[in-house]
Amino acid sequence: MPPQRRPAATAELSTLSPLGLTPARAVWIALLVLVALVAIPIALRNQPYFLNVLTNACALAFISLGVWVTFSIGRINIAQGAFAMIGGYTTAILSTRYGLSFWLCLPLSALLAAGIGALIGWPILRLRGVYFAMITLSLTEAVRLAFLNGGEFTQGATGIVNIPRPAGIDDAVAFYLLAVVLLLLGLLAVWRLSTSRIGWVFRSLRLNEELASSIGIDIAKYRVIAFAFSCAVGGAGGAFFAAFLQNIYPASYSVVDSINFMLYCFLGGLEFVLGPVVGAFLLVIGFEVLQGLQEYQSLMYGILMIAVILWLPNGILSLKLRSREASAVDPDVEPVAAPSDTAAGRTGG
Amino acid sequence: MEQVLINGVVLSANYALIALGITLIFGILGILNFAHGQMFMIGGFMVYYVYAVFGLPYLLALATAAVVVGLIGVGFEVLFFRRVLRIAKREENSMLLAVGTALLLENIALFAFGEKQRGVPPLVGGVFRIGDAFLPTGRLLVVVLAIVLIAALLLFVQYTKPGRAMRALAQDREATLLMGVNVDRISALGFGIGAMLAGLAGGLLITISAVNAGIGTVTSIKAFIMIMVGGAGVVAGAILGAIVLGFAEAIGYALIPGSMTYLLIFVGLILFLIIRPQGIMGKPWG
Repeated sequence: MPPQRRPAATAELSTLSPLGLTPARAVWIALLVLVALVAIPIALRNQPYFLNVLTNACALAFISLGVWVTFSIGRINIAQGAFAMIGGYTTAILSTRYGLSFWLCLPLSALLAAGIGALIGWPILRLRGVYFAMITLSLTEAVRLAFLNGGEFTQGATGIVNIPRPAGIDDAVAFYLLAVVLLLLGLLAVWRLSTSRIGWVFRSLRLNEELASSIGIDIAKYRVIAFAFSCAVGGAGGAFFAAFLQNIYPASYSVVDSINFMLYCFLGGLEFVLGPVVGAFLLVIGFEVLQGLQEYQSLMYGILMIAVILWLPNGILSLKLRSREASAVDPDVEPVAAPSDTAAGRTGG
Repeated sequence: MEQVLINGVVLSANYALIALGITLIFGILGILNFAHGQMFMIGGFMVYYVYAVFGLPYLLALATAAVVVGLIGVGFEVLFFRRVLRIAKREENSMLLAVGTALLLENIALFAFGEKQRGVPPLVGGVFRIGDAFLPTGRLLVVVLAIVLIAALLLFVQYTKPGRAMRALAQDREATLLMGVNVDRISALGFGIGAMLAGLAGGLLITISAVNAGIGTVTSIKAFIMIMVGGAGVVAGAILGAIVLGFAEAIGYALIPGSMTYLLIFVGLILFLIIRPQGIMGKPWG
């Protein structure tokens, strides 16, 4: 088989290392943030429908960031819908029944989701590959059933409605800005996480857990940290949607939603922090534009998933960054060879 | 009490077909067939159309279900999985492909068959009485057919040349290649047979309970539970998992209200996996 020259590693490095923030890139980022925070709200201030579409995309991208983090430790997480549900219901119950302000509910939802994630994650993160995927899929269903059977506490199938809007957030523009801020904060957190030492630990977990453990990394602890972070993000996103849609039902998040979050990450590119954002925006806005195809949405998602895996397995962003760096070692091809090579080289063979 | 046992047996026999199918595919190809539930559903619909709508004999309907779903399985392997397994750098790719195929099948089925629940008239009339319990003859027939099919599969895998090739592939891919086995053909055959088993299970189960286009995901989850409990890739594990789930469901539905049953099953599953993550008979997942 010819050596594969996928520049995945340097693509990672260039977007994730501190050196990745070149002046040119910083300007681009500042520009995008400006557009998102200022230009769009002004331009669309009389079009609440389009603002809501963008709000939806931002929030879904935010939740998908969590799935991205679990991908970065080499796990396929199909449970994000469950944690969005947990976060949503936490906010719903706290705000409707106990009158807590949304601004309190949001961090509480994130914390509760992270706590439950850490508790369940501790044992199940021992599983890998298909086993982990299967158990997380079952988790999404289990949480849905739990809320369906919650009796008085969760109101069962009728769900919780009339969830109050956050204080000060009254119209589409305000919700949009909230979603953008949430997404930007999430991106900042994930980017910082990836470029920090923890990020490299995550990468080592993805490539070879045994090797990471053998050099002294506490793999159990870091796995749980990654998963808890992912669940926190899911919970916060769920809290946002609960306040945005002002309702939540056991049917709000299902296996299909968990799979969609995965799809957004995958479409954008699993190697890139911006991957889930690109994927979410592309699909959400794309389907809005193709209004007539809305009933075929699920079918097209399926076809898209298959097409992307067949022909674009590294995601859309990999197209852009492939041309620039062509001579990198792809850690995914020879995960064991690379570390042992450098080790051998360093110690003189 | 006897009713619960009888229900358990009926469910287990049917579920065993499903579990064997998905474990076969996993054992040979290392792929978790997310679309297994959808294949089960399509099998049921095939029987509905051939038997209930066109009025043809039931066994012909069952054979149609087997052939159609088996061909879908072969098609997936040849068109999608073969290529991805060859070029995949991350193991997640084949699983995401499987998820994609599940979405694809589910939505095609929705368009083709509509959203209505479908059932077929019972195969035979009459009811057996065993102690306090009732066993409709139709259900007994399903159990018998299921057991016959399972036995046929086990004999096939154990004693025929392609069956041995499949077992070899499951044990050691490289050695099998060295032995000159046409791995491509055996892989396609394996996927096809695994899919066929799901389709047959659907065709059998539609005579007992109704089928609609949305049961794919639920059935896939049941398949996952069975192989998680019994151990993936191991035939005995699949049957064991089916027995556990079949009886758990029968006991659960008899004692506690509807959706609580599966909630408890999930909680039990997670607790079980904490103690034994690879399932009862599974190989330790390295």
